[in-house]
Amino acid sequence: MASLRDRESLAAVSPEPASSDFTGVIDGTLQRRTLLKMMAVGAGALAWPAGMAYGQSGEKVLRIAMTLSDIPVTTGQASGGAEGGRFINRSIYDALLTWDLSQADKPSGLLPNLATSWSVDPKNRNRWTFKLRNDVKFHDGSQFTAHDVLWNFEKSMNPNAAHYDRLQARNAANWLVSVKSAKAVDDFTLEVTTKRPNGTLLYELVNIFYSSPRQWKKLGGDWTKFAFEPSGTGPYKLVQLVPRNRAELVRNADYWNKSMVPQHDRMVLRPMPDANTRVSALLSGQVDLVEALPPDAVPTVKGAGMQVTTNVYPHIWPYMVSHLKSSPFSDIRIRKAANLAIDRENLVKFLGGLAVPAQGMVTPDHPWFGNPTFKVKYDPDGARKLMAEAGYSKSNPVNVNVTMSAAGSGQMQPLPMNEFIQENFRDVGINMSLSTVDWEALRSRRFAGAEGDLNKGVDAINYSWSIQYPVFGLIGQTYHSENRVKGYNWGHFSDAKADQLARNALDAFETKEQNKRLGELHSYLVDNAVWVWVVHDMNPRGLAAHVKGFIQAQSWFQDFTRIRIEK
Amino acid sequence: MLWYVLRRLAYVLPILLGVSIVCFSLLHLAPGDPLTAVMPEFASDQVIEQIKRSYGFDKPVPVQYLLWLLNVLSGDLGLSQVANRPVLDEIVPAMVNTFQLAAFGIGLSLLGGIGLGLLAGYTRRLVTDRAITTTAIIGVSVPHYWVGLVLIAILAVTLGLLPAMGKAPPSPGFGLNDIRHMILPGVTLALIPTGIIARSVRATVIDVRKQEFVQTLQANGLPPRRTFLHVIKNASPTVLAIIGIQLGHLVGGSILVETVFAWPGTGYLLNNAIAYRDIPVLQGTILVLATFFVMLNFLVDLAQPFLDPRMTRQ
Repeated sequence: MASLRDRESLAAVSPEPASSDFTGVIDGTLQRRTLLKMMAVGAGALAWPAGMAYGQSGEKVLRIAMTLSDIPVTTGQASGGAEGGRFINRSIYDALLTWDLSQADKPSGLLPNLATSWSVDPKNRNRWTFKLRNDVKFHDGSQFTAHDVLWNFEKSMNPNAAHYDRLQARNAANWLVSVKSAKAVDDFTLEVTTKRPNGTLLYELVNIFYSSPRQWKKLGGDWTKFAFEPSGTGPYKLVQLVPRNRAELVRNADYWNKSMVPQHDRMVLRPMPDANTRVSALLSGQVDLVEALPPDAVPTVKGAGMQVTTNVYPHIWPYMVSHLKSSPFSDIRIRKAANLAIDRENLVKFLGGLAVPAQGMVTPDHPWFGNPTFKVKYDPDGARKLMAEAGYSKSNPVNVNVTMSAAGSGQMQPLPMNEFIQENFRDVGINMSLSTVDWEALRSRRFAGAEGDLNKGVDAINYSWSIQYPVFGLIGQTYHSENRVKGYNWGHFSDAKADQLARNALDAFETKEQNKRLGELHSYLVDNAVWVWVVHDMNPRGLAAHVKGFIQAQSWFQDFTRIRIEK
Repeated sequence: MLWYVLRRLAYVLPILLGVSIVCFSLLHLAPGDPLTAVMPEFASDQVIEQIKRSYGFDKPVPVQYLLWLLNVLSGDLGLSQVANRPVLDEIVPAMVNTFQLAAFGIGLSLLGGIGLGLLAGYTRRLVTDRAITTTAIIGVSVPHYWVGLVLIAILAVTLGLLPAMGKAPPSPGFGLNDIRHMILPGVTLALIPTGIIARSVRATVIDVRKQEFVQTLQANGLPPRRTFLHVIKNASPTVLAIIGIQLGHLVGGSILVETVFAWPGTGYLLNNAIAYRDIPVLQGTILVLATFFVMLNFLVDLAQPFLDPRMTRQ
């Protein structure tokens, strides 16, 4: 009896006899003609335009290629980070507040949504009161009230509640961290109590979305079933979910916000993690809009008469550096030198112009930029001078170890970008060694903090970051005295003044004052070169020529409802 | 025959047990924390412990393995950490999708591989043989995902004849649109098995044709068509074994091809599970695929004696 290996190698050991008489097996002429006819008929039938599946009844369909490899969780608190929020949360559901995504020329701010107004008790700044809309209905037809907000808080916060969902709890955890309790004053008045005064609460509640308790009960209290038949209050209704394949959403014609009723009939979301696949799908007419267009595909997409939209958004591609004594980056001169060593203009050219040189966490036109005295720019002479003061030079470089990923959310093109910067660093006396891990492993390293066992000998991690929220983008990076979150303040930056500035920002409840204080905090972070900042991504998207009305906002989120399909 | 079946079965069981241990152990040895994907960043140590307990990660690894094995034997592969859906519900549709593609691919491979192999075997050392052998080697050697990209560029992007990616929208029955979506990934997947089958068939046919019984048949004046049937019959056990292995590979799904074509099969599922550290899905998928592969080869082993009764006597 031949073993598996024997069978595989049989072909290789067979000796060859010398003869050749292949006759009488195929009757050539007749078979060939028949075959050709069949092929012609088959090719005609199969060469069916890619868009035939939709639009045959005049339906206007927007088909989008996402970068995720699966449809984010559809129960209310989507998985998949910002992309889950962009495509699922904001489509099927609503939050108390929303982002102003109507303009491309300024950073997105917050707007009322399910809540029409809010106030903070001046005597007890932990107590917030929200007035809710009284004209909002879930997709199942039931009325949205303050009691539903409480029910949804419980699904993520109370492990003893029947409808507690571990997965949604996980996805909501970062946004409910400051909420201590909540109560319904009446059907349309909500009171939320925080653990301590937190002027940035609104930036957290904008990420909490509300599922219908009636639908959950109707489906037997089963979140898995709810995922396939969800009911929110959003501008789209989910009509089909095929995991890893597609989600189809139709217009909610009864949406309470008439200015945001989708201007197309249906939106189809397709997961496509491979960038080349997304480009091919766009060029072949299988989708109408693709996320994260690779820079090298931009000329091809434009050459095919399609559109490419870009805009700066609250993203930073940095090195989170270790401030531990064992790391060379604990020396501010080396941190500043690293910031001055990077030729960002040429790096941007290398990226096809699809990035903006960074001058800090946020761009100079952002309300949180402030007025830093240390200017983050390309100044190799200045960098060499600082390195000399620290005792290093090109011939006597300091060694730093950096961990990066080969790909990942917001990581742009990590390998060539890091190699480019490696050369820049070498030129001023910083010898950067790179070690590559996969994205999830890099996330593990970030969560562990610089002092974690996983990060022994690591001086920095190259990890892209969102600056959309004050706590996520600025406060969490610096806050050390109270509840330091290792994953946010990876490098163990500990500074009393930074803590005070962060506390000041949390204590500001009025937007203008809050922005001013965040600016002061940002200035302090830049002046201390807390990180090494490189570029902000421009987030290129590819759109078919018939896609009209899309405004790419300066945000991780976008408003797809205004898109028109003009074929 | 019964002894033969029992003996093959005796090989299968330890292999399956070994597969379960290997896939369970490897996942725990992989870099990165299996809890990362499920842990909120602001989670307190108390919450982390609660979540660890709820997933059973607080128990010693051998105990985790035994509990997992018991659940698996009762048909419970657990819940996906990322999607919160039962793992079996994730695997079954993915396997159906991969099966469809594999059936299409193996169909093309059989037609192409056997046809070309026979032609080459009967035209040994002629131009046809050289051309087929060279093509088969290229087919086996060229990275199939690269061929997939080229096919997409030509047939989908430039000519617009076929969809570039994905599965057709769900519809009742199995229609033309489903076939259209399968052509490019199917052809891409079929390349390697076609090359392997063609080379194997060629070598086996050449081997069989030099045997004395074939020469005797020819010397007795049997027409080539009849001789051909004898050659086919004697070559089929070897070819069947190779087809079994290739079918196993195809059903296992190709991570690269399924990712390039965004085809929601088992390869794509595995890629997704690896990327998001979805350990229950990873364990379940590997186990189901490995079991399928082992059982497929078991069935091929059982089928072979029907084609060549000498095997049971060995």
